[in-house]
Amino acid sequence: MSDSLNIADIRKRLNAQNGKAYWRSLDELADTEEFRSFLEQEFPRQAAPLEGSFQRRDFLKLLGASLALAGLTACARPVPAGEKIVPYVRQPEQIIPGRPLFFASAMNHGGYGEGVLVESHQGRPTKVEGNPDHPASLGATGVAAQASVLTLYDPERSQAVISDGSDRTWEEFSEALSSALAETDNGSGLRLLTENVTSPTLARQIERLLEQYPEAVWHQYDASRSDQLLEGTRLAFGEPLMPAFDFANTGVVVSLDADFTNDYPGRLRYARAFADRRRVHEADSDPGRFYAFESSPTPTGSISDHRIPLGPGQIGDLIAVLAARLGVEAPERELPSAVSEPLFEALLEDLQGAGDRALLVPGQYLPAQVQALVHAINDTLGAGGNTVRFLQPAGTAPTPGGQSLAQLTEAMNAGNVSVLAMLGVNPVYSAPVALGFGEALARVPFSVHLGIYADETAEIATWHVPEAHFLETWSDTRAFDGTATITQPLISTFYGGRSHHELLAALAGDAEPTSYELVRSYWSDQVEGAFEEFWRQAVYGGVIAGSASPVATPTVQAFEVELPEPSQELTVSFRPDPTIGDGRWANNGWLQELPKPFTKLTWDNAALVSPATAEELGVNNGDVVTLTADDRSVEAPIWVLPGQARGTVTVHLGYGRGRAGRIGSGIGFDANALRPADGAWTAPVSVEKTGGRYKLVSTQPHHNLNGTGEERHIIRAGTVAEFRDEPEHPHFVHPVAHHESNLYPDYVYDSYAWGMVIDMNVCTGCNACVVACQSENNVPIVGKDQVAVGREMHWLRIDNYHAGDIDDPEYFHQPMLCQHCEQAPCEPVCPVGATVHDNEGLNTMVYNRCVGTRYCSNNCPYKVRRYNFLQYAELSNTATELSLASNPDVTVRSRGVMEKCSFCVQRIAKARIDAETEDRRIADGEVVTACQAACPTRAIVFGDLNDSSAAVSRLKLSPLNYQLLAELNTKPRNTYLARVKNPHPQLVSEEAGAH
Amino acid sequence: MTVRKGSRPPFRETNRVIGRGQSYGTVDDVVDAPVLTEPRATPAWWFVGMLLALAFLGMYLGTIVYLITTGIGIFGNNIPVAWGFPIINFVWWIGIGHAGTLISAALLLFRQPWRTSINRFAEAMTIFAVVCAGLYPILHLGRPWVFYWLLPYPNTMGLWPQFRSPLDWDLFAISTYASVSILFWYVGLIPDLATLRDRARNKGLKLLYAVLCLGWNNSTKAWQRYMRAYLLLAAISFPLVLSVHSTIAMDFAFSQVPGWNNTIMPPYFVAGAVFAGFAMVLILAIPLRKAFGLEKLITMRHLDNSAKLMLATGLIVVYGYVIELFIAWYSGAEFERFMAYNRVFGADHWWAFWLLILCNFVAIQPLWLLRVRQSPIALFIISVIVSIGMWLERFVIISITLTKDFLLSSWHDYQATVFDWSLYLGSFGLFATLFFLFIRVLPSIATTEMKELVHHDAHHGSDYFEKIRAKETGLEVDG
Repeated sequence: MSDSLNIADIRKRLNAQNGKAYWRSLDELADTEEFRSFLEQEFPRQAAPLEGSFQRRDFLKLLGASLALAGLTACARPVPAGEKIVPYVRQPEQIIPGRPLFFASAMNHGGYGEGVLVESHQGRPTKVEGNPDHPASLGATGVAAQASVLTLYDPERSQAVISDGSDRTWEEFSEALSSALAETDNGSGLRLLTENVTSPTLARQIERLLEQYPEAVWHQYDASRSDQLLEGTRLAFGEPLMPAFDFANTGVVVSLDADFTNDYPGRLRYARAFADRRRVHEADSDPGRFYAFESSPTPTGSISDHRIPLGPGQIGDLIAVLAARLGVEAPERELPSAVSEPLFEALLEDLQGAGDRALLVPGQYLPAQVQALVHAINDTLGAGGNTVRFLQPAGTAPTPGGQSLAQLTEAMNAGNVSVLAMLGVNPVYSAPVALGFGEALARVPFSVHLGIYADETAEIATWHVPEAHFLETWSDTRAFDGTATITQPLISTFYGGRSHHELLAALAGDAEPTSYELVRSYWSDQVEGAFEEFWRQAVYGGVIAGSASPVATPTVQAFEVELPEPSQELTVSFRPDPTIGDGRWANNGWLQELPKPFTKLTWDNAALVSPATAEELGVNNGDVVTLTADDRSVEAPIWVLPGQARGTVTVHLGYGRGRAGRIGSGIGFDANALRPADGAWTAPVSVEKTGGRYKLVSTQPHHNLNGTGEERHIIRAGTVAEFRDEPEHPHFVHPVAHHESNLYPDYVYDSYAWGMVIDMNVCTGCNACVVACQSENNVPIVGKDQVAVGREMHWLRIDNYHAGDIDDPEYFHQPMLCQHCEQAPCEPVCPVGATVHDNEGLNTMVYNRCVGTRYCSNNCPYKVRRYNFLQYAELSNTATELSLASNPDVTVRSRGVMEKCSFCVQRIAKARIDAETEDRRIADGEVVTACQAACPTRAIVFGDLNDSSAAVSRLKLSPLNYQLLAELNTKPRNTYLARVKNPHPQLVSEEAGAH
Repeated sequence: MTVRKGSRPPFRETNRVIGRGQSYGTVDDVVDAPVLTEPRATPAWWFVGMLLALAFLGMYLGTIVYLITTGIGIFGNNIPVAWGFPIINFVWWIGIGHAGTLISAALLLFRQPWRTSINRFAEAMTIFAVVCAGLYPILHLGRPWVFYWLLPYPNTMGLWPQFRSPLDWDLFAISTYASVSILFWYVGLIPDLATLRDRARNKGLKLLYAVLCLGWNNSTKAWQRYMRAYLLLAAISFPLVLSVHSTIAMDFAFSQVPGWNNTIMPPYFVAGAVFAGFAMVLILAIPLRKAFGLEKLITMRHLDNSAKLMLATGLIVVYGYVIELFIAWYSGAEFERFMAYNRVFGADHWWAFWLLILCNFVAIQPLWLLRVRQSPIALFIISVIVSIGMWLERFVIISITLTKDFLLSSWHDYQATVFDWSLYLGSFGLFATLFFLFIRVLPSIATTEMKELVHHDAHHGSDYFEKIRAKETGLEVDG
């Protein structure tokens, strides 16, 4: 015991924790030096995190050392002394130990809700699936939703109200807040900063707050999305509207830097619809034609028929030329040199031919004027109202976001802000550095930051309040099309977070209402008639019927278009990172280790340049350069990306964070330092080599299919025309004759025969399946150093290949998982029989039996086996809260053991139990693998091959179906559908055909 | 009796299998002297060598402790290169062990009298090399503490090993090899141990050798049975020369990894093993004969013959390289062709292939020359180069092959770590420690068999054969 204990301080700490705090001594609670040194002597491994310098992976394992953590209230509600608890006499309805329950909710992405179903094991959310009934999900999810459970349990989440660097209580905060508010006159000096507000309850709360404090001002900022989309429609139609595309009805689609299947309001829905439109299984399928003009390769563009790398400025020029040719008033421009004359003519011919079945999709990061021009072209073609409709925006906005933040900064600098509330935003990091938000914030006498992490903004704000994760609190949200969802908590607040609603209520001076009451009270005002029934339905289904935004029928009005003069200067474009967004997921290990589409980089961002630009600059992968735009500059490592537009440098936001947590801090570079203060998505830039080198880690160093890659026939691809010529046996699907032979009779699978088909035509490489697999199967992360030596653990990876011209390649995505070969090469080589075949055709791993010779991996031609070279998974004695995200149905693997895709055998087992209870066979569609469930385009189909009517069996009959490396006689149960492109006939000679 | 350094007579190299003027007594004197030397009189070089060996052994054991507590992630292995240094070193050490069996068993059966003076320490070398080799497959396991699951032992789980796996064949091959080699070695030692028993003055030592020689009484009956048993054991171990490395080659040939699944692997590996084995015999014999003054027992004839065998097997190995490349092309399979191309010209590791050609092909060409074969220093240098070359061969076959197999997406480079090296270099410590102990406590030349030679020399005029040989080779039989 030390004599330097501060009892008052300890009391405060305990109060600040939600639930019962477990502690061992008062020294521990006081977190004194003595206790730390004691801890170090007693538990050197556990004390290690206190010392600061160790690897990220170790962090995951060791964080259990922070011993005075909040009690896990939801998992084990402590029973107060002297009170009796009684076990169930009758089992409550629906609660069956070992069977998860699913709850509907929604998660915001880019400011709009996407419906989810959350799997909960005895009160512990472990897995997020899409909500099939939700119009913005249709059962699919993006990567962030899949990874969100990891953030929920992240032990580095903020866990206490903080002011002046010390822990406070919520009560102290609300007192301080009310006294600060009392000093404002009608709210003058009160400012509110939020992201896009799509929560109707929150919108009403804000509205009421603004009524209560008429002088208060509301600002919005969201670095993960572009407000230019609504600006574009405002310019074109006079009012901000949300475009909604109908791909089912399209003949020709042109993407203008629009990643509409992956990074767009409504992306999951579009991905589904677009894939359905593009699917080719039979020779008579008509996939339509898809042109993509984009500055940096996107998942959407990668499945196009014609993909043209084009800088953001040149895309504006192209649109102007196109507009002019189609009779829309536009500034005069030359056709960009990267767009060949024949291609442009073909495009024009296709667009005119398609008429109202044509669709041009404007990229959300394009300037509003250019987007307006695109809307005008759509309108002229007749597409407006047909393939694209316009909806009233789902969000509630004060003024356009970027400017709004600028206004706030200005006001703060002028000393006009006395109370600032920042809800779920981190502008100190995510705003352009040039704006100087951080310095301005320091001048605000009372500022409160509500955030999941005690991040950069929390550091400067006078108060920080931990935010409740979306799985912890009641709220509501609207999808891009306005459909509302009531989001329900799956677990009580894990680290004592507060919701936006609660903070806003505190601002309004309400007496501690809960989020539940606030949300209910909003909806009870909206509903006429039986509210309880409505509520039950709404919460249960995750969708409020009939809440979609009304369709507007706007007319194009005259607007001025001023395009920047074409220049030869290098341009930098800024984008949210494809995995960690604008940095909000920076501390999520799953997302950090998720290989970025195309580059396959992990744990870093880079300055992406095309091979031609790299040559001009004399740089190569890993060369550090200084990017300079005006007086702003940042040092960044180069990554050469085939297909990147020449003269365009793409940098991703979200890295270079200072206070993201141990996972996300100090990696990559902060692209915000380069962004113009107005938040523009592009800027002219100059690049200078520093001579330094930086180690970038990519999971796939070889992409190019030219040469030996072509001879290997890994990717089979042809054109619709070729397919029509040979509808039964297209030559490109089976370039090499292969005759199966076996000395022994084949095994007869007479019960089930599980199989999978992956449609490479619609796989965009969006990565949702990879994280879904990671979450479902407790796949550990290994850290950058381990990825660098080739030890990543993903059971499912997306192989990415390039073919053709290095500056303008074709892309192919091939999700690669255990192929479950009927004659699996891994099986006969295992000396202990740890990998064996079951009678349903699954190649199974017996972890307990594995001694770790790794011969199976050597002999696996697909290299899908993953090995625990070190103790990657958390051990029970060092486990942190992160282990609560584990799926209890899947074994956690120990060091020295081989692992791999199991075709989600736990899901098969579950379906089998259901079927056997009802004495029937497992029906088609009853077993859905995690990857299949997450896939927005439904590129993955799984089922029983013994059931000839099953979707998977029908797909296996497609002439496009092929086995990878069939010549090895492995007889894989997973097969691929060859890629079929539909290029314009006149351009076929230009583009490469089969591979 | 001890041999004092100063009393060593002036010496001339000989090409006879045994120097002139040897008697039973002189053989025993020369061979047993180092063993029966008083501990305090042990030469200083022995202590220096032993200390150095122990230092490396310490590094070896330290690495093992770290390995077992941390996991095999301390090595450079990855996916796709799941086998790295440990397996390379395993195959390398096993290969080295091969010459021992060949010399002791095969040459005995073929009645090659020149083997006698080198068989004892070649057998010891075999055993120690097998010890070094055998530990690697266990240490490279993810969970080495359950290595015994590869053994077919009755257990409550009712589980057997998977007999289709070459790794299981490996286990049997190596354990058989180790046990037969130890038995053969020990049986060969028995009469020599009896001699030591008779000559030892120290009571404790006498007792030790008495126990070890199993009460050898030198009766005719004993000799008759002993000789029969020895011959039988030789017959049993002879197939092992071919089987052990064939089985190890099967680890690769059985797979379908391009560059591994070649039917030529077994014979090619055996040849490589004998090649490497003789290189190691020379590496050990050349300093040993010098240090212990055994030049009349391990003569130039032995070195010359070893060098010839090295040349012959080396050329078989080179033939293997050529056939591997030819078959890769002839197969028409892109994977095989690329693998061959990648080994020879691949951007990352082309140097390894060309270095191995330099070591295993170019470096042995001087062995065609009599002068080189007659020069212990040249032979020693060439043997060291060959040992390095054979290590590189396994590096190319095992790790470089794995870096680029079927799917481009999973290609990944391989970089050894400091622990890969410390476990490799450390195993020399294990080998050297055992070897230094061996030469100190056991006769490093089979005196019994040497005495047979002496007898033969004295009574049956072996000069006749020597003269024939001299005619054929043009060599001066006696320097």
